[in-house]
Amino acid sequence: MTRPGAARGREDLVAKVVAITSGKGGVGKTTTAAAFAAGLALRGHKTVVIDFDVGLRNLDLVMGCERRVVFDFINVINGDANLNQALIKDKRNDNLYIFPTSQTRDKDALKREGVERVLEELKQQFDFIICDSPAGIEHGAVTALYFADAAIIVTNPEVSSVRDSDRIIGILASRSRRAERNEPPVETNLLLTRYDPARVAKGEMLTVEDVQEILSVPLLGVIPESESVLRASNTGTPVAFDEDSPAGRAYLDAVARFLGEQREMRFVQPERRGFFRVLFGRA
Amino acid sequence: MRIHGMRLLNLVFPPRPKSAAIAKERLKIVLAHERAGSHAPDFLPRLQKELIDVVGRYVEIRDDMIRVSLDKAGETSLLEINIEIEGAKPKVKPLGSAVPA
Repeated sequence: MTRPGAARGREDLVAKVVAITSGKGGVGKTTTAAAFAAGLALRGHKTVVIDFDVGLRNLDLVMGCERRVVFDFINVINGDANLNQALIKDKRNDNLYIFPTSQTRDKDALKREGVERVLEELKQQFDFIICDSPAGIEHGAVTALYFADAAIIVTNPEVSSVRDSDRIIGILASRSRRAERNEPPVETNLLLTRYDPARVAKGEMLTVEDVQEILSVPLLGVIPESESVLRASNTGTPVAFDEDSPAGRAYLDAVARFLGEQREMRFVQPERRGFFRVLFGRA
Repeated sequence: MRIHGMRLLNLVFPPRPKSAAIAKERLKIVLAHERAGSHAPDFLPRLQKELIDVVGRYVEIRDDMIRVSLDKAGETSLLEINIEIEGAKPKVKPLGSAVPA
């Protein structure tokens, strides 16, 4: 499928819009959006990650480009800047771009027609367009998922997060553009984050099987609770760039599965603690 | 030996159900109802008021003598109406007049 203006080497690929969503706040959407975009870029796909959380901009900080923001998503929607003025090229990976949002406007500035026009323009340049959704089920969140071809439901093994994920899955199935046009449904996957296998083993936390059974969407990956996530956001590095950390490796696995590879689930069993570790606490 | 000890311990102090199991059960129930679109019906206050009107034609009752509640157990919903008339005075009806329909 050849399209005019398509970047070199991606004639066979149709750009995919991926919404990172959850309903509930604080479950790891922005961490996931950053890690996923970084992981796709590492795999050689030209990827842009867009911040849809107008007024509560944070993707720039998590991606470590907060001092390079000049123009934003709303400027481009309103025609005050063009796309290439607003896109920030990642300094660590040539395939990765960040599209920050406005810190001063509110979510109503996300006009659906404007968002559609910008996404169409991005599709000419990128393989993957990752949309970092705001929390909630209001205008901003619905706009972030409306144009999605695929969605990643970020869920914590905790009752309020699971319930809100169920709501969002329902909204994807009924209010996305694909649903409105009777097209094939948004390809919806579950990503379980902040998973603590030790607490699961003690019966204190929902198991990955429990959450999957309740939500009944395919499981893309399990990200273990890990110190590396906070360390990554402290330094403005997507955690997928930290290939030594369990969370980083778990994200890279999830990206591989998203690209159609089979990978065994890791980090779902409690870590075996050696004799010395037990003796001297966490080494 | 150790297993017997555990069993004895469990007999004396029955183990509490694991909280994750409780979470799963609660989620299954609440989501079954939310997916069916059957949220707590909003007619309950109106039903309660109309019941008070109807019952009040026969006995003197106060608002707090009627309790309406909705209970969900698994897949079934139970609408429970409790009317307390113990000690309620029958309404004195005027001679010759029928109870209003």
